[in-house]
Amino acid sequence: MAATSEAPALIGTSGDSLREAFGKALSQLADEFPKLVVLDADIAGGTGVHHFRKSHPGRFLQFGIAEQNMMAAAGGLAAVGMLPVVTTFAVFCLRAIEQARLSLAYARRNAKIVASHPGLDVGPDGGSAQALEDLAAFRAIPGMTVISPADAVEARLATRAILEFDGPVYMRTGRSAAKRVFGEDHTFEIGKGRIVREGSDVTIVACGVEVARALEAADLLQAQRISARVVNMATIKPIDGELLARCARETGAVVTAEDHNIYGGLGGAVAESLAATRPCPIEFVGVKDVFGASGEPEELAEAFGLSAPHIARAAKKAVSRKPRKERR
Amino acid sequence: MAASLVERKASPAVPAQDLVREIEQATRFARRHVVSAIYHAGSGHPGGGLSSADIIASLFGAELNLWPDSINDPDRDRFVLSKGHGAPTLYAVAAHYGFCKPRDALRLRRLGSPFQGHPHVGDLPWVETSTGSLGQGFSVALGMAMGLKLQKRAARVYTLLGDGELQEGEVWEAAMCAAHHRLDNLCVIIDYNKLQSDDRNANIMALEPLAAKWRAFEWAVAEIDGHDIPAILSTFRRAAATHGRPSIIIAHTVKGKGVPYMENVPQWHGSVKLTPEQADEALRALGASKEEIKEWLDGSDL
Repeated sequence: MAATSEAPALIGTSGDSLREAFGKALSQLADEFPKLVVLDADIAGGTGVHHFRKSHPGRFLQFGIAEQNMMAAAGGLAAVGMLPVVTTFAVFCLRAIEQARLSLAYARRNAKIVASHPGLDVGPDGGSAQALEDLAAFRAIPGMTVISPADAVEARLATRAILEFDGPVYMRTGRSAAKRVFGEDHTFEIGKGRIVREGSDVTIVACGVEVARALEAADLLQAQRISARVVNMATIKPIDGELLARCARETGAVVTAEDHNIYGGLGGAVAESLAATRPCPIEFVGVKDVFGASGEPEELAEAFGLSAPHIARAAKKAVSRKPRKERR
Repeated sequence: MAASLVERKASPAVPAQDLVREIEQATRFARRHVVSAIYHAGSGHPGGGLSSADIIASLFGAELNLWPDSINDPDRDRFVLSKGHGAPTLYAVAAHYGFCKPRDALRLRRLGSPFQGHPHVGDLPWVETSTGSLGQGFSVALGMAMGLKLQKRAARVYTLLGDGELQEGEVWEAAMCAAHHRLDNLCVIIDYNKLQSDDRNANIMALEPLAAKWRAFEWAVAEIDGHDIPAILSTFRRAAATHGRPSIIIAHTVKGKGVPYMENVPQWHGSVKLTPEQADEALRALGASKEEIKEWLDGSDL
């Protein structure tokens, strides 16, 4: 096993939530994007767009608690040349997914959906509020780009990137204060995965809050003389198949980690890609096809198998499944 | 052509007789086209297509500030067919007014044809948005009206809903929202033919008292005979002069209008296959001559 890995890239243990970073970024970008309008369904305080409501009240459109109308209306706003950003919780995006399918994606609108409160990261609100299906569902819509940034810095950069991008986008933010993964010099490009820690025995491909946990897992693995590479796969669709194939070739085993059902999200996307390019053992860290529950995010991560020790165990299992000659 | 229509749009509330006659001509053409297209396609929704022909022809013939050469003009009026299954009527009227070729629009519901079973903006830009899931076209039209107001444009937005469509919850979300935002540049028309896919509205999910519902939502409400073209035209003008709230025109119509054996029979909601005999009888009822019927039913070039 390779004994050396670079120092963990975790910058801090707490920080801004992604939703706050997104909301502040929208306000800052508003003058640069004069067509930008923000759509809200009475949860601006929750999604972070209360910053925009305050800074640009004339471009803040209130739809009341009626997400289906809001989602389809974004199609109309885009049709007349505005740049609509639909904001609500991830579960309510699922409620309006048919509107996103027909009136945004099929109609080829340049509209953005930004969902706060995804996954177990929602915490105490419990199972009804924890969307664990959104990445899978939105990924299955033709032409929809799907993004899940890892921390507040990346959420801010991704906000600019989706406004510059021409086409429908679904982007997750996050409710809870997120660990900082990236420094201010970080850059973000839609469709590009990024190796955030080098390693040679196994690659952990993660998105969202799981990137920080994957870095912690890499530390745990290093102590056990397993060198884990960590990839931040912030764009789930289109997936960076080239980077995945390279990592599979260079490390021989892959673990995916996401705050989402193990079916259909990042894990599904990675498996589909590698099946076509460079098949290798893959282990899936995520919620195992069950609903969530109330609890603090870190408690839930432990209880549902998303925490760093779980990722580390999955990595060891992936390594053990390598063909004998590759295991060294 | 464009200039003369501009003048018409500015014309007084009582529409000129020649304009009414011209629109009647368009509806005759549209109804025959709808029957023929559905016959050639082997499937489609004739009932609601025939009930809405006078409304859509009145929009394209007089009310909409829209011409084939202005489909990219940001100041154009928009029409959204929220009841997307009425697509053949939209195609037929659009063909009559030069947005597409009439024979092309007979290639309905076929692989490779842009004239899909429900309108798709990716294939035909002048349909303004893709519809076919009831309720959504209304919300899209609302979003257009909102955006046009933000841009301080005078353009108006019209959307046609089916009566059964009003059972979608999204419709009432949009109804509340349009009134709240005082979207007086938005006009909804209900094709109130009283029938939906399986049965009468009243037996599936009652809509009445319908006008009272919309009044309670603070809309400007008009009720008209949806086959009376002068009434349709003057009601559009009144709606355009309404300030501070959106308008709704509840247009009482006859499902299958113009084809006696289809009129008021729910089974013709569709999607149905027309036999050559049925298509022939329908075209005869719509006043087509023997020669014309032969031409309509000839699909050799489609």
